[in-house]
Amino acid sequence: MKQIAARIAWSVGLILAVIVMCFSLVHLAPGDAALVIAGDSGAGDPELIEEIREDLGLDDSYLIQLSRYVGDVASGDLGTSYRFNESVTSLIGDRIWPTILLVTTALLFAIVIGVLVGVFTARRPESPVSHGVTVFSLVGYSMPVFWTGYLLIITFASNVRWFPVAGMRDVRLEGNRLEEWLDIAHHLVLPALTLGLIYLAQYSRLSRASMLEVLQSDYVRTARAKGLAERKVVYKHALRNAVIPVITIAGLQFGALLSGALLVETVFNWPGLGRLAADSVFQRDAPVLLGVLICSAALVVVINILTDVVYRMIDPRIRVGGST
Amino acid sequence: MAVARSELGSPGRQALRMFLRNRAAVFGLVLLSGIVLMTLFGSFFYDQDPTRIMARPLQGPGEDGAPAFGTDYLGRDVLAGVVNGGSTSLTVALVAVFLVVVIGVTIGALAGYYGGWIDTLLMRFTEVFQVLPALLFAMVIVALFEPSTRTVAIAIGLASWPGTARLTRAEFLRLKNLEFVKAARAIGASDFRIIWRVIFPNALPPLIVSITLIMGAAILFESGLAFLGLSDPNAQSWGQMIGLNRQTFLNGWWTVTFPGLAIFSTVLSFSLIGDGLQDAFNPKLRGR
Repeated sequence: MKQIAARIAWSVGLILAVIVMCFSLVHLAPGDAALVIAGDSGAGDPELIEEIREDLGLDDSYLIQLSRYVGDVASGDLGTSYRFNESVTSLIGDRIWPTILLVTTALLFAIVIGVLVGVFTARRPESPVSHGVTVFSLVGYSMPVFWTGYLLIITFASNVRWFPVAGMRDVRLEGNRLEEWLDIAHHLVLPALTLGLIYLAQYSRLSRASMLEVLQSDYVRTARAKGLAERKVVYKHALRNAVIPVITIAGLQFGALLSGALLVETVFNWPGLGRLAADSVFQRDAPVLLGVLICSAALVVVINILTDVVYRMIDPRIRVGGST
Repeated sequence: MAVARSELGSPGRQALRMFLRNRAAVFGLVLLSGIVLMTLFGSFFYDQDPTRIMARPLQGPGEDGAPAFGTDYLGRDVLAGVVNGGSTSLTVALVAVFLVVVIGVTIGALAGYYGGWIDTLLMRFTEVFQVLPALLFAMVIVALFEPSTRTVAIAIGLASWPGTARLTRAEFLRLKNLEFVKAARAIGASDFRIIWRVIFPNALPPLIVSITLIMGAAILFESGLAFLGLSDPNAQSWGQMIGLNRQTFLNGWWTVTFPGLAIFSTVLSFSLIGDGLQDAFNPKLRGR
């Protein structure tokens, strides 16, 4: 518990550091925010520009602007989008849930199926399926995720029309709650599969490797010697330890997962955070970009803490502070 | 011992032999050589201008008068794009990986070797970069500065080094208390010499494996940015081709399939080589 509390305290500092770094990056970038806001029509009007600069406090020193921004973020205010003229916090609030839905579905799919495949192939390490996992993991890792998305769309949404091409819901649909949820689930299949496949490939290989190792360990031999059924040995004794590296890696890779989601959201027009960021890039909408960066970093930090908690639960050795 | 050693050759030789016996790894090497050759010399053999509108838009492969891979949404030759698109990706990946190695190895080596507060400070610094989703971070850098090939390479480098720093640090932690390092210290070698001449060469095998894999990752990274439209608009690349055909790909599967295949093959070749090197340096882990 103490360790978790220390992690949380450090995490607050970490996010503060992220905010300072990202803010400084935006500050260093060439270009004038006032010109961006004024737009093409207003850029020639020096009075308007001056007014905007005054409003945003752009003439203040870097340190004053930074401390003002940190204070605002601490109170939950991420500024106002240049493009939508709307609060960044509420923009992100709208867009974060589709991303979380996409990412968790993909991750759960990858972990559950990956571990099952890993366990299955570890019991028959020389079988063709087992070698197939090695090939699949290399192929899955090497495919650009947006390309996988297009191939899946071409196959499953265009050639056979099983799934919608893009979007998160059917605007024509007028139904009850359940129908709405089913509609979202229907739209979710291809994006989640696209994103999940990369990780499925890695996790099945990883869990096979750790399972192979665990199955040769002394305690598994003991369990077998006691006369336990092989099923019980594998699923009750060995699985728990084989899952730990997968959970650890999945936690560490969460940032990469968000990066992947950014591309998948663009391919499938999924209304998430990544899409918001990608749309804001060309408008140079700095408050939105900054907000999305900070929120994603915060999400990564939270997931890292959760991962810590989860594997403390799975592995008592870590809980009592023994060597890992 | 001496006899066994001379029979087997040096560790490097052994690793090379192991590597060459690995069919998948050799396939990766051949594939990569093919791609590099195509990128360097392909345009001599297939001298179509990838930017020229040469036929009707969205003509499929095999259609009358269409080039081998069809034409894109503007009527440009997709095959010419595939042949010429690799140079940007490979250049960016090389520069980015160079940055990753310089930053990652320096920070990791100093943190691992000195330990204590230096280690704490450097690793905390690394963590700040590690919690930022790399693609998003790079995207913001490219968007705020300028979408030139140089910015893209720097952005990828800046977003990708933490893994290398951690790996280098772990290797230094493992190696720094071994006897040959103690021996070097005992004869009065300077810290600088111990870090770069004594420990670093011994940390190389896992680093080489990881650098090979990072090359592949950097290619994916660059293609992702180009796909989103964050690349030099005048430097054609595979990811950019897919991004530009985003609106029309349902009317022309070839416009996204072939450039994607090129990215996939390049990354796959690096993965296969990396895997082969891993097995060669670490025979015990084979097949895992």
